[in-house]
Amino acid sequence: MMPNLNVSNAVVAVLCAALIMLPVYSAASGNIFILTLFTRIVIFALAAASLNLIMGYGGMMSFGHAAYLGIGGYAVGILAAEGIGSGFIQWPVALIVSALFALVIGALSLRTRGVYFIMITLAFAQMAYYVATSLSRYGADDGLTIYKRSDFAGLINLSNRTQFYYLCLACLFGGIYLIWRIVNSRFGLVVQGVRSNEQRMQAIGFHANRYRLVCFVISGTICGLAGALLANNTDFVSPAGMYWTRSGELMVMVVLGGMGSLFGPVIGAIAFLLLEELLSQFTEYWALIMGPLLLLIVLFARGGIMGLLGRFNRA
Amino acid sequence: MPDPLLRVQSLVRSFGGIKATDNLSMEVVPGELHAIIGPNGAGKTTLISQLTGQLMPNSGSIHFAGRDVTGLPSYKRSALGLARSFQITSLLKDFSAIDNVALAAQAHDGHSFRFWGAARKEPHLRAAARAALERVGLGQRADVVVSELSHGEQRELELAVALATKPQLLLLDEPMAGLGVTESQRMVALLKELRKEVTIVLVEHDMEAVFALADRITVLVYGRVIACDVPDAIRKHEEVKRAYLGEQHAVTAHG
Repeated sequence: MMPNLNVSNAVVAVLCAALIMLPVYSAASGNIFILTLFTRIVIFALAAASLNLIMGYGGMMSFGHAAYLGIGGYAVGILAAEGIGSGFIQWPVALIVSALFALVIGALSLRTRGVYFIMITLAFAQMAYYVATSLSRYGADDGLTIYKRSDFAGLINLSNRTQFYYLCLACLFGGIYLIWRIVNSRFGLVVQGVRSNEQRMQAIGFHANRYRLVCFVISGTICGLAGALLANNTDFVSPAGMYWTRSGELMVMVVLGGMGSLFGPVIGAIAFLLLEELLSQFTEYWALIMGPLLLLIVLFARGGIMGLLGRFNRA
Repeated sequence: MPDPLLRVQSLVRSFGGIKATDNLSMEVVPGELHAIIGPNGAGKTTLISQLTGQLMPNSGSIHFAGRDVTGLPSYKRSALGLARSFQITSLLKDFSAIDNVALAAQAHDGHSFRFWGAARKEPHLRAAARAALERVGLGQRADVVVSELSHGEQRELELAVALATKPQLLLLDEPMAGLGVTESQRMVALLKELRKEVTIVLVEHDMEAVFALADRITVLVYGRVIACDVPDAIRKHEEVKRAYLGEQHAVTAHG
């Protein structure tokens, strides 16, 4: 199926082209800052996209998604600290540990719904946070510095800004492609059906929670990948990165960009982090402006920025 | 009489001090259309919910197709061939009509841990869904989102969804609820067709429809079976007349 030519698709296409061309602009203009900023944005976009899979498509309001960012990051950091610098070991470990964590959290929290689900995911993420603060061998409260980025045996050099940016972007596009396939697959339709009407899905023969759990694990795993990228980006992991406010920021990105739309989280991450960057240049109380802005989006544009763009499609 | 397809024995379910299902036993034989009637609050929907597994009984047993299904969750009973429609329409409101039906077909076509292929392009699922939609007269409305369908169309869609699971037994909880006169007539005509293919348990308030369709009628009052017989016998049944009082007129005047 060819995507329709409409406003939101056009915006997404332009956006993707801009993201791909960004290093060229950065090199031509000598503006290195924009490349580091967007590397960070792209990584958060991947994390937000993974959250959107369960939140937007699956109806599971996880308030603990930062935990996977932290777990993916700590997997890389701890292995690096122990002298295992190969990305071929670090990254699979990051993904597997994130998946296992999601499996346990999901199995327990999916017994509940609504507010209780939010609270349980929050509680587990906070537990992960406190575990990280107690890792005295790995920096505890102060966090853990990563002295050498993941080594991929000369295939790619993560210390090269441009190469690392393209790696992050490839992960983002790959993640979104994966989510797109999932959402339209048999599995994806079941997950969305359960979001819409769980009782009905049970009645026609689906064991709803099994599908939810697998979706939860996929989402956590993708977010773990974002965590591994983020740790390499900052050369540092700390418990602060898995604090609940970080989970909240991911939720804001998803809602801002548009829940349940494929590129919504990407747009949300760009909007959120750019606004944060811009506003914090004017005032340290940037959240005072961000708050009302978010309120307006929630009140007047239910589908977030993607929803707003969608209105032009019909016009 | 052949072996029953559904056998309910001494079923009890109470809510607090109220026994919504009170030592209830009944049988449904293959091929029949078995109606369940009773005044409001007789426990009809409670019974249906226990039959499909949405609600667990306090005691008693339910056998379906020779198997004890008393403790099985609803998704497993659906796999065995038990389908229901809901009294209050329960559909995937933000999905199109055909998606609703195709998902029901998908549920009975192996597991759904398939993450890659586009499910909406699987020809046999779409064909099965389209056939079920045609069956209930919604062929033209396949791509309409459920929330934009009329109430009557949603009732028909409920039926199409149940049919797409290829049930052995169809439990219909007030399929005429809220339908206008012509819509009700269409539904009755549809049920007359369906009953040739599938065993049906019909809970319905519309006495005209019940007496026109049913092979046998079970009458519930306060969660107990007070009569179970062919329509003619039910019409003349003294206890049924007394139980219905106000509705007695309806029972005798129609059909």
